Amino acid sequence: MIAAIVSLTILGLSIGFSLGFVAKRFKVEKDPLVDDIEAMLPASNCGQCGYAGCGQAAEAVAKGDAPVTFCPPGGRALAEQLAARLGVDADLSDMEDRGPMLAFVREATCVGCTRCFKACPTDAIVGAPKMIHTVISEACTGCGACVDICPTECLMMEEVPETLSNWRWPKPQPQTQLVSTAA
Amino acid sequence: MSRLTPVSGPHTHAQISIQRIMLTVMLALTPVTCYGIYLYGWPALNLFIITLVSAVIVEALCLYIGKRPMKQGLGDGSGILSAWLVALTLPPWAPWWIAVVASICAILLGKQVFGGLGQNVFNPAMLARVIILISFPVQMTTWVNPQPMFSEQDPGFIAGLNVTFNNETVDWDSISTASPLGYLKTELTLDRNVAAIMTETPDWQSSLMGVTAGSMGETSAVLILLGGILLLMKRIISWHGPVAMLATVTVIAALFHQANPEHYAPAQFHLLNGALMLAAFFIITDPVTSPNTAKGQIVFGIGCGLLMYIIRTWGSYPEAIGFAVLLMNCFTPLIDHYLRPRIYGRNRKGQPLAIQQRDQEEQS
Amino acid sequence: MKFFSFKGGVHPEGNKTPTTSEAIQSFPLPARLYVPLQQHIGAPAKPVVEVGQTVLKGELIAASQGNVSAAVHAPSSGTVIEIAEHQAPHPSGLPVVCIIIETDGRDQWIEHSGETDPWRLSEKLIAQRISDAGIVGLGGATFPSALKFNLGLKQQVKTLVINGAECEPYLTSDDRLMQERTGKLIDGIRIMMLGMSASEAIIAIEDNKPQALKIMSAAAESYPELKVLKVPTRYPMGSEKHLVYTVTGKEIPAGKLAADIGIMVHNVGTAYAVYEAIFEGKPLVSRIVTISGGAVNQPRNLEVPFGTLVSNLIDYCGGLKQTPERLLMGGPLMGLVIPGLDVPIIKGSNGIVALTKDELKVKQQSACIRCSRCVSACPCGLVPLEMAANIKAGNFDRAVEYGVKDCISCGSCAYVCPANIPLVHFFNYAKGELVARQKAKQQQEYTAELAKQRQARMAEVEKQRAAAKAKALAAKKAREAAKQQQEAAQS
Repeated sequence: MIAAIVSLTILGLSIGFSLGFVAKRFKVEKDPLVDDIEAMLPASNCGQCGYAGCGQAAEAVAKGDAPVTFCPPGGRALAEQLAARLGVDADLSDMEDRGPMLAFVREATCVGCTRCFKACPTDAIVGAPKMIHTVISEACTGCGACVDICPTECLMMEEVPETLSNWRWPKPQPQTQLVSTAA
Repeated sequence: MSRLTPVSGPHTHAQISIQRIMLTVMLALTPVTCYGIYLYGWPALNLFIITLVSAVIVEALCLYIGKRPMKQGLGDGSGILSAWLVALTLPPWAPWWIAVVASICAILLGKQVFGGLGQNVFNPAMLARVIILISFPVQMTTWVNPQPMFSEQDPGFIAGLNVTFNNETVDWDSISTASPLGYLKTELTLDRNVAAIMTETPDWQSSLMGVTAGSMGETSAVLILLGGILLLMKRIISWHGPVAMLATVTVIAALFHQANPEHYAPAQFHLLNGALMLAAFFIITDPVTSPNTAKGQIVFGIGCGLLMYIIRTWGSYPEAIGFAVLLMNCFTPLIDHYLRPRIYGRNRKGQPLAIQQRDQEEQS
Repeated sequence: MKFFSFKGGVHPEGNKTPTTSEAIQSFPLPARLYVPLQQHIGAPAKPVVEVGQTVLKGELIAASQGNVSAAVHAPSSGTVIEIAEHQAPHPSGLPVVCIIIETDGRDQWIEHSGETDPWRLSEKLIAQRISDAGIVGLGGATFPSALKFNLGLKQQVKTLVINGAECEPYLTSDDRLMQERTGKLIDGIRIMMLGMSASEAIIAIEDNKPQALKIMSAAAESYPELKVLKVPTRYPMGSEKHLVYTVTGKEIPAGKLAADIGIMVHNVGTAYAVYEAIFEGKPLVSRIVTISGGAVNQPRNLEVPFGTLVSNLIDYCGGLKQTPERLLMGGPLMGLVIPGLDVPIIKGSNGIVALTKDELKVKQQSACIRCSRCVSACPCGLVPLEMAANIKAGNFDRAVEYGVKDCISCGSCAYVCPANIPLVHFFNYAKGELVARQKAKQQQEYTAELAKQRQARMAEVEKQRAAAKAKALAAKKAREAAKQQQEAAQS
């Protein structure tokens, strides 16, 4: 019996080591991960993540230096996509599913200083000197650069309001009791 | 205007539930179980009870450790059903610890470690059977002739307890016997011809009624068939798997018997002995481990039948139900992947159907 | 006439007996009507009335916005007291903008007249009248009908299929319409055929409506181009894809419409609305609604003006026996839970069903045992158990492989699931998620493009600035050199 245990242990260890060695030595070069990741990012180079631009951030994520939850405008959806692409398990449970935030100009306090549209990386703000500015929602990526720079603090980040046209069914949760809609 | 958690339809349901399905299968198994207990006496009853009770205990423990809802997990009856099938494939006079180990293997290894109900790849009853067959070959191949209850051969309740709990003290040499399939295999290795062996094994009437040595599930083919018909009528199972399996075995056995009557047993011998009938109606129709579509079930049934015959005839085990089913369970995901139903509006490859030229239609 | 049998489908209890012999009654005018601007698929209509304005019945109160939209007309005469948000008949509980009309009790129609010679109308005019009348698909899909007519003309649709299947339990509004207003319905169908130059119309009626079959067959006898087809009672017979297959044996290819294979399907209610629009000049202002369910005291079929609150209808039907376990707009299989009684009836409301706990029959959810009843029940050939498992795990791509995009959300799978798994909920969630991801991807590509363009522009600006600077520097140097030269020349 001792002989059996010893021989099987030796066998297991040696096979395990050789598998590990082969995995390292004959590793297949990975495909262009960085380009794929960069394509997923908002490309607005807003800098909220702390990296100089989306390109550098993509490299960092590909290397594993940055977690998949690093991009605030990307939110949970982006984190899920990155996790899927990298093949990692990401604990996204503490990421609130906020939905996209868009910039919004409170027109009462806008002085038309033009600083915000110069700062916007996607030209989403239209305006002219001394004219009230406004944000084109379709072009806004929620990076927040305009909010930081506005001198009168009239720019705010607001959640996209949920209406009948953009409402979606939420994911069914495992239920412990039968749901009754009896009012 | 409050934001509600939306409730989705449908808001009506067919009169079916998992519990109902499990209970109906147990109902279908009751005739053959009662008959088996009657045939093999008190030890069989003891074994049956021990199997079920240990299964419930193991399941409760697993649910508790896994923090899963206990009431639902125990209440749906799936664990009890697996244990019931295990009990039907054990030698009726096996010791109590065989029953306990079998239950543990079935529930713990066969179901709970995979994630609970619906997650297992292998049939839990067959997995348990194979594990203990390989681990304890002596106890698992010790068969007795029927010692019907309340007849002269019945050892009585106290003696029955002794058999179950004090197994080593039983005088096995005088009462153990080979099952018909086991007898066939050993005699064939001694180069005797089939016709001669057939005269020494139970005739087909006895096999039909099940008064032979074997496990409780190997007894009355008639009662199993009745149970199977109940399941078919209640639409718990579909006919594709059972018919495919039985037909395959019949055809192949008949072909080989025709080709070489000396060496290969006739089809009815294979059909009526061993656990083939039980497997066809109750084992391969296990929803969790069998394919999703009718076509898939036919392929599954054919595969099981084929493997059963091959292992019985050329393998070293006389009864192949466990191995055949486990091997086919490995193929279930593959079968499911390739044999999917065709989606409306698409062809078999999943491409949208081509629009036929309407001018041609109007001309013709 | 021959019919084809689609595979799958389920047989829920009909539960139509409470209302199948209830003739359509007119509903007495409520004090207020809450008429939503969005009662159809497409862009919401835009109000053309102001607060305080008096309107007559049938007057246009909101105009259609673009091609995929529909007009809204006042369901009764009265004064517009508000244009504001009100709770929509939608499970989310979200509001919808409504034009709130205080009725004056006179129910006075605006001046209207039917066409003098409707059979001589051109297809274009027929489509125009339908569009002006604000007619949308009354089977529940509420797709703008005029758009469908134009599509039918373009695709040279030859076969018009009239959907009289009404496969949902409890609902009998279409049944009663076919029995009571047969003549007008037949005229409506015939004018629809004219409107799309179809050569034949097949009226499909399930065999659980023997009276309707008899009456419609008799009425259609005089018109050889109209055929009444008895189809077997099986849910979801009323689904367009499955009705087309049953009637013609052809399948609508994935991603395409029935018009692409020369067939157009319209509900009987829509056909009746077309009759009223063309023969009587009346826009769509009311519809027949079945009020039923175990929790309602007196189930009935009512002709209800749009904007009527469900509470008014329930009160007219004797009130509720008990608090309903589920309050639905539509049938129990595909109907939507409405957030309360304070929601208006809209163009797509074919029924209000208040179910008791016994009728609900849905039990607590448990684990999938892979029994494949859902696969047998699915009329579209999908594998619901695999789709749900993949959606739960977040593998939307694999769910699409198994066909979640082809799912019609009929509910047959969840109906038969022994584990009471909310399959339809999973698929609706997945469909919404896929749409959202598609939108997000398009948005992301768009903004990335904008960002690139901006960077290119800024680089260009930088370059120009640098060039100008270099030029200025060069000019300065040249001037200094010239000056030096001059000084040198002078000295």
